Formats: sequence, C-alpha cells, structure tokens
Amino acid sequence: MLITCPYCGPRDVIEFTYQGDGNRERPQSASQDLDAWNAYVYDRLNPAGDHNEIWQHSGGCRAHLRVVRNTLTHEISSVAFARGDHKSVARHKTEGKS
Amino acid sequence: MSPRRTDSGGRIDRLRTIRFTFDGAPYTGHAGDTLASALLANGVTLFGRSFKYHRPRGVLTSGVEEPNALVTVLRDEVREPNIAATMVEIYDGLTAVSQNRFPSLAWDVSAANQLGGRLLSAGFYYKTFMGPAIGPLKSTRFWMFCEHFIRRAAGLGRAGTAADTARYERMNAFCDVLVVGSGPAGLMAARAAADQGARVILSELEPRFGGSANWSGETIDGMPGADWAARAAGALEGYDNVRLLPRTTVWGYYDGNVLAALERVTDHKERPGKGEPRHRYWIIRAKSVVLATGSFERPLVFPGNDRPGVMLAHAAERYANEYGVLPGHRIALFTNHDSAYRSALALKKAGAAIVAIVDVRPELSSEMRELADEAEAKTFAGHAVVATEGGKALSGIKVQRFDMANGALAGDARSIQADCLLMSGGWSPTIHLASQAGAKAEWNAARQAFLPPKPTQMWPTQQWIGAGAFTGSFSTAEAIAEGRAAGLSAAGGTGTPAALPVVEAAPGDPDPAPVFEIRADGKSFVDFQHDVTAEDVRLARREGFISVEHLKRYTTLGMATDQGKSSNIPGLAIMAEALGKPIPEVGTTRFRPPFSAVSIGSLAAERFGDLRPERLTPMHDWHVANGATMYSAGLWYRPMIYGLSGETIEQAYVREARATRESAGIVDVSTLGKIAVQGPDAAEFLDRVYTNMFSTLAVGKARYGLMLREDGLAFDDGTTWRLAEQDFLMTTTTANAGKVMQHLEYFLDVIWPELKVHVTSVTDEWAGAAIGGPKARAILAACVTGTAVDNAALPFMGIVHGKISGVPVMICRLSFSGEMAFEVYSGAGYGTHVWEALIEAGKPFGLVTYGLEALGTMRIEKGHVTGAEIDGRTTARDLHLDWMLSKKKPFIGSAMMDREGLIAPGRLELVGLISLDNQPLNGGAHIVEALDEANPHDSIGHITACCYSPALGKYIALALVKDGKARRGTRAHISDPLRNRFGPVEIVSNHFFDPDGSRMHG
Ligand SMILES: [Zn+2]
Repeated sequence: MLITCPYCGPRDVIEFTYQGDGNRERPQSASQDLDAWNAYVYDRLNPAGDHNEIWQHSGGCRAHLRVVRNTLTHEISSVAFARGDHKSVARHKTEGKS
Repeated sequence: MSPRRTDSGGRIDRLRTIRFTFDGAPYTGHAGDTLASALLANGVTLFGRSFKYHRPRGVLTSGVEEPNALVTVLRDEVREPNIAATMVEIYDGLTAVSQNRFPSLAWDVSAANQLGGRLLSAGFYYKTFMGPAIGPLKSTRFWMFCEHFIRRAAGLGRAGTAADTARYERMNAFCDVLVVGSGPAGLMAARAAADQGARVILSELEPRFGGSANWSGETIDGMPGADWAARAAGALEGYDNVRLLPRTTVWGYYDGNVLAALERVTDHKERPGKGEPRHRYWIIRAKSVVLATGSFERPLVFPGNDRPGVMLAHAAERYANEYGVLPGHRIALFTNHDSAYRSALALKKAGAAIVAIVDVRPELSSEMRELADEAEAKTFAGHAVVATEGGKALSGIKVQRFDMANGALAGDARSIQADCLLMSGGWSPTIHLASQAGAKAEWNAARQAFLPPKPTQMWPTQQWIGAGAFTGSFSTAEAIAEGRAAGLSAAGGTGTPAALPVVEAAPGDPDPAPVFEIRADGKSFVDFQHDVTAEDVRLARREGFISVEHLKRYTTLGMATDQGKSSNIPGLAIMAEALGKPIPEVGTTRFRPPFSAVSIGSLAAERFGDLRPERLTPMHDWHVANGATMYSAGLWYRPMIYGLSGETIEQAYVREARATRESAGIVDVSTLGKIAVQGPDAAEFLDRVYTNMFSTLAVGKARYGLMLREDGLAFDDGTTWRLAEQDFLMTTTTANAGKVMQHLEYFLDVIWPELKVHVTSVTDEWAGAAIGGPKARAILAACVTGTAVDNAALPFMGIVHGKISGVPVMICRLSFSGEMAFEVYSGAGYGTHVWEALIEAGKPFGLVTYGLEALGTMRIEKGHVTGAEIDGRTTARDLHLDWMLSKKKPFIGSAMMDREGLIAPGRLELVGLISLDNQPLNGGAHIVEALDEANPHDSIGHITACCYSPALGKYIALALVKDGKARRGTRAHISDPLRNRFGPVEIVSNHFFDPDGSRMHG
C-alpha cells in the first residue's frame, strides 16, 4: 500500500503508523459528558468501504494525515494534513451509527 | 547411453555430463536437465511415497505444480525438504533423497495403509482420534497421545536442524511494466512495452525463457518455437530498459501493484559465485502488470491414476522435446480434448510407440483422426481408462466403453500393454496472482475453466492486464497477439503497424468435454499430494460438508505444498456433481500468497539474527571497558552490574546499592527519553498533558509529572525542567520515549493545532549521569566550576549551569535512588569526558558505579513506580499518585479517570511485600490469602518487582494487590507453583525506606 504524503510524496505503508479512526470527535477538555468521552475513547467505526483514518508519517516528516481508505480494496481516495481540518472533513459517523 | 534418452533433440547440453546422487545411488544427466528429467532418462519411475497411504508415486508433471515427486536436497549440513524434482536443476555433486518412506523407497512398511482404504478416508484424523468421552484419554487428549505416531507415518519431508549458512538478499525494484511469465505472450508483451520506452521487468520461474515455445514443437516465424523464444529473450537482453529475471517466481500480489518474487540465484550451482546470495527476495512496484502466467494441465480422475508412469500429456511432450527424454516406450493417452493429440505426435516423433489414444468423446474431428494416424496410434473414441496395472511402474491399462452423457461404463474391459499413460483433462488458467489481487474468477462453460474477469471488473488498486493462456486463449497465435496488445496497453502505447509473428501449429479445439472423473472400482485420486480421492470428496458431502471451504478443510484437498494447482478444478467438479449443482454455484476458493513455497531465509534476508538496531549510550565503551555486564533494555544496552571477580549478580548489586547509600554512586541515565517542548504555549500544553501543573513552575526548576492516557489510566512519568519561559526539557521513561513523543505530536497536530508548541526528540543529544549518596554534593563541588552547588544555589528540584572539566553541563538536583542526588547532563559527544571527570573527582569519596540492578533495588526500597507498575491497567490512585491529580484544570484522562470501575473497591493497589522466611521473592508470583500448594487459587495480586534490600536487610518486593492499601500490616502468602516457591509475606507500604525523604532533601 502506498500513501501519498503531501510533504514527502508516495511512500510505502511501512513508513506510516496508524493512529486510529479519524471520525472520533474529542469533547471539549473540560466536558463532563461521559457518554461523549466514552464514544471518543472507545467507539470505532468499522465500515466495509471508505474509512476516514489518521495516519502519522512516523518514518518521514511525522505529520499526521487524514486518509480516506477503502477497507475492502485498500484504495486511498484522499490524503490531507490532519492538522486543523478535523472539524471540516465530512464525517461518516452519523450515517454509520444511526 | 541412458535407457530413455533420445538420440537427439531437446535443449540440454549433451556434451556436458553432470553427476549426482538420488537416495545414495549415482546417476548422470546433462546440463539443462532437471532432477526429474535426469532420473526419468535413467529409467527411474519411483520418486516417492504418498502422504497418507504410502503409495508409490512417480512424476506427474514437468513444472512448479508437481504434487508427487518431492525430494529433499542435501547441501553441506543443510537439508531442504519438499522440493519438486521438476524444479531442481542438476549440478555436479547434487545429493537428493526421496521422502516419506521407511525403511526405503522400494520397501515401505506403511504401504499397508492402502489395504485399509476405509480406515484413512476423509476426516479420518478428526473422527478416529477424538477419543472416548470419558476417561484419561478423553476427547482431544487422545489425539495428543496419538499425534506423535501419526505425524511420523503421514507427512512430507523432514526439516533439518542445522543452521542455514546460506546468504539471502532482499531487493526493491521499480518498473513501468512487470511481465509475469515468459511464454510467447510474455515475451511479446515485454518486447512491445520495451519498444515504447517503458522500464520492463520480465520474470520467469523456469531457468529458460519461452514457456511452451520451448516444447510445443510449433514453428514461429519460420523457426522452431524454442529458437524463436531464445531469439526474443536474447533481443530483450540488449535493452537497457529491460531487466530479465529467470528462475524467479512472482509469488505474491499486494495492494498498490506491489508484487513479491523469489529469485533462486544459486540453487542450480555447485557453489555460489563470490558474493552471490542463494535466494533473492524481490519487492517489485509496478505501474502496471501483465499476467502471462499460462495454464496448468489437469489430470483425469480414474482408478489407479496415481501409479508411477501415469503423467500429464504435456509433461511427457515437454520431457521429449525440451529434455530429450522419453517417459515410456509404449505410451497410451487418455484425454477429453484435442491438445493431447499433439502430445501423442510429439512423442511418436521422439521415438516412442503410441499404443492407444483413449478419448471420452464419442466423435473425433477429422483433424484429430489425422494426427492420430500420423502418430500411428489406435484410437478408442467413447472409451475411458478404468484401471492401471503394475507395481512401482506401469505395465498396462484397462479400457472400457464409456458414455460421457451419463458416465456409464459398458462392455468388457480391454487390457492394453503400456509403460506410460498420459492423461489430459483440459487446462486451467493460472489465475492465482489475479485471485490474490482480488479478482473473482468466472466460470467459462466452453473452456470448462475459471477465467480471470474482464479488466473493468478489477479492483482499482491492482491493475493488471492478462494475456495468453492465462485468459483462456490457449493457442500460441492468440497468445502472441494478446501478449503484444497487453504490453502496448500496459506501457500506455497505441497500435503498431508491424506484423505479428506467424505460427504454424497443430490444429485443435481448445474446449474439452465436461468429463472430470471415471467412476469405477479402486482409488481415484484428486489431490495426489494429500492422497484425497474422489470418494473422500463424496464422503465429505454425505457428512454435511457442503461449502467448498469446509470441504477443503475436511478432506485437506488442495492444502498440500502444491496448493492444489492440479487438483482444484477436478475436486470442485466432483463436489459439484455430488451436490447436484453447476460448478460456478459451488464456487472456487480464493488463492492467497504465496503462489509456491518461499524460503523463510529470503524473507528474513539480511535481517536475520537479532533484527533490531542497537542503541548505545555515549559512555557505552567505558562501561564495557570497566567490567560492566551489559543488559538489553528495549533497544538500549545498559550496565546491569559492574561485577568484581567472584561476585554473584546479587552480591554485586547489593554492594553497589549499599555503597551508594553509604557514600556515593553514579549511574548512566542517558537512555531516559528527552523531549524539548518549546514555544509560547509550551506551559499551557504541559498543563494539558500532565496531571499536575507546569505553568506555575519557575524557570530553573524541575517538577515530577504524571501523564494519563485518554481512558484515564496511568501512561508515563518523569521530570520536566523549565530551562526558560518557553523552553522545557521533558524526560520520559526509557521504554516509553517513543510512545510519549507520538502522543504529544498527535495532540499538537490533530487535537490542538492552535497551540504554538514544537516538540523535538533530543534523547540522543544529551548524555546523562545521575550521581547520588551522602557524598554526592561534595563530589560535584570538587569538579564543577562556574556555579555553586550548595543548598542555596541548588535546592531540591533546582537547576544550575556550569562546567565540568571545561565542558558545559546542566545539573538538576533530583532523586530516583532516594539519596541526595543530581542528574548531570552534557552534550552527548562529551558524555564520556564528563563521566570520567566525575569518576575521578569521586575517587577520594568512595564513589562507585552502579548498574540497573542496584538502580532497581534502590527504587524498590523507595517504592517508586516504573513500567512494571504503570502496566496499562493501573490508575494514578492505584499507585498512590492521586496527590498529583490537579483539580484546577482538565488534563488528558481527567474526564475518564473517575469512572465507576476505576474507583471501585477491589482494585489492585501498589504495596510493598517483605519476605518473612528470608527467601527471595519472584517477579510475577501470585499473592494469596491462604496457602494451598496442591491447588493454588484465589490470587489477590502479583509481584511486579523484587530484590534483596541492603537497606532493610530483607528480601522485599513491590506488588499490585487487591485493596492493597487496606491490607498494610497484614500477612499473606506468595504462591508460585511454576517455580515451586511458596511462603509468608507481610504487606507494607511501598515506601520501605526513608518514607519522609529526609535523605534526598538533605
Ligand atoms: Zn511525510
């Protein structure tokens, strides 16, 4: 599998570390909403198809990337810096959970 | 002259004689022979014994799909089992032995297994050895009892125990077009792509390029096919943009057009050349892939089809045309389609008599009749072979009238004398790589074969183009046309005006009759290597195994080393018939890597032995030179003890710890993780990641900090130093340095991108020495210049900058040992210089060097936690670190740390243990309230760390014990049945020694 890092170009997957489901939404730090925290820490989507994921280019520039990967075909349809955009990326969460 | 070598012909070098041995007997062959062709040339028919029934087996094929003729090759002390004799190129001194026979190949005592056919039917192992429902050998225990004997009797080759001294290599390659297979289709594809300027890799699993052109006897462009192939391959050698990889099996097709291949570089040589590896593991990234992998001929399933002398038709044709070997002198053929007629003619031309062509089809085309006449063969249309005769070699066959519409046999069986029977049940495209790449094969009723799907149906991450027999186009003319088109398309090129090579080939219809099995009395083998018969398949169906995946596992059909290359389709057809379903509804199983066996050595390549890099501290050489016993801690090497001669480990660490508490000790702490946390929001960031406050920390001071994970469990601890307003130096535990770094980066990059903070790993930039003990301050005073180190200048948790022996150092007064202690940091390049200066300054004060054991001992005495206690299951409260949980701010883990389960009674809490019988305690030992040595149960916790404490004069331990805090002052027992250690302990506070910290505060 190749991931095209916006800094470094197409690189082998061994240079990257999976950093989890990109749909997780961290509650505000001071939030006492345990359900929201529980969802953030434990709930994971497991879609058969496109999945929004965070990968760190740990063997390269160390940037965190938001990667949309098809879990069936490993096709990667988009890669972007995770920095700052995590609120704007379309979420699969709502339709995934119902 | 060998009895079966033809007078002329073949691609072998008859002027070069090669000597080798098989089962100890000397043989000769020629350069270019495989072990199979050379043994056949010598009249050898018996190659091995079958897996389950120990039936004599010959050679069935001429290639990678060989299920029967598996041998063990011995080279020096190394034995490599289960290699197909068809894939072994002979060399002078080759030593090969047969397998699965006892005491010898010709006389095998286990062959009696075949007399009890019912006994070893499908699922035999499962059913027979489940054992009685009660008693000492109940259920699986009985299997375990019998397994040893079964494994000895059934099985393949025996692996060796000698270390493999061969060298293996790994290679990455990149290309525009990878062409897999070098038959006419592959050669054309490679040429067409190369002419477009594409970077091309052409791989061929055999030693010779050309595939079927090497033996088909066809004329291509006016010359023998083999010559045409040699020319085509030779022309490719002249291209700078083409890499030819002979003896290279592409065995795996992964995401993103990454393919794995094994090149057998020197297996065919008597001795490897200088610097040559045995195997080379290629990782090939191809922009596009042309699959020209050809097809496998299928056996027919009929009684006695496994007897030595029964062979696939094309294999015999190949032995005759490519190796100049006749597999028999009186040859019969049994077929359901046309290609076998060409084989008959080839063998006739090579000098054999064709005694019969038995064809299940009632009508034969006039072209086939002409071919049969030319081969002077008697044809039996509408007939089938119902038995074979002979012992370790074939002596004859029995033929009976056969109605292919209903499978019925009629009339009397007729005997025909033959020493070789060739069978051909049609062809199956070699779709393994396409299947690995996710393609779902499609059943083609005309071809009676699974074909790869059309390109539009393929998955987007695996882009391949098929050509030739792989696509079901079995004629050479089609292969040539498709190959060139595929090569052009793969290279992104368009049409070419040049004419295609002209092929003169024997005529024939590529579609076989849909006949896979002749049902008659006797064992009819489907999977030759695993001894699975047609009856086994039906039995499995009767017993309810109706999914093809279950059938496969129950009968082990297709699960041997050949992975069912020849048996899959016949097995599926028989299954489909038993189920009364068409073949496509039964479905085929998905092929997975590897396509054929891969040496483990090649996967490890240069990374054998200890695969990990070594991390050495700046003072490493000093430690080794001064008697340290080094210990690997993660990737690091650290001194365990600096033992004196005659000392045990315990004596050494007790001496080191005692001396530190009595005068002073010094330890290398360079391995601690060190992260520079810098920027305007650095203090705010630390407030968020640590449970305690850091924004209130004064410049020039350090503070002990604790981190939790998001789920509220303890993560890591360490001190962080404020070097300037916006400049912190964080230290982490040695083991968690990388994890903490990633944790910080994740939060800065993904969660809080608005924070202006930069984190940098500086672990390797600093050398660290911790010096502690009553004399530590005096030693520093003796060697540090540029700053005072007294209590006013350097209070507890204070930081000063100065010099030691001319080198700038940073000193922080903090203590892990519980003594008055200092950590001295210098640039890594000066680490040894500063270390030696400290040692020199410490001499008058009795300074000792100490290692990890003494470090651990003193930390246990102090009750400090490490990774053994911060084990991913403990909370700050469990470790009595709740005083560090700030209530003034949220921090990572603060919302989750008070969840019900994490504050409920009954949690494991950190305690100290004192051995009451003055015997050592063991890490991992369980703790129980009441001792029951015979029936240990009801653990209330376990020991995380233990030592002999010189300060207490006792064996002590840290432990995690259920409701541990409340149990202080009570007694319990350790229960360690594994090491047979039981004994009484007292549960105490984890702070064994100097609990109020008077020693370190001074
Ligand atoms: Zn990068």
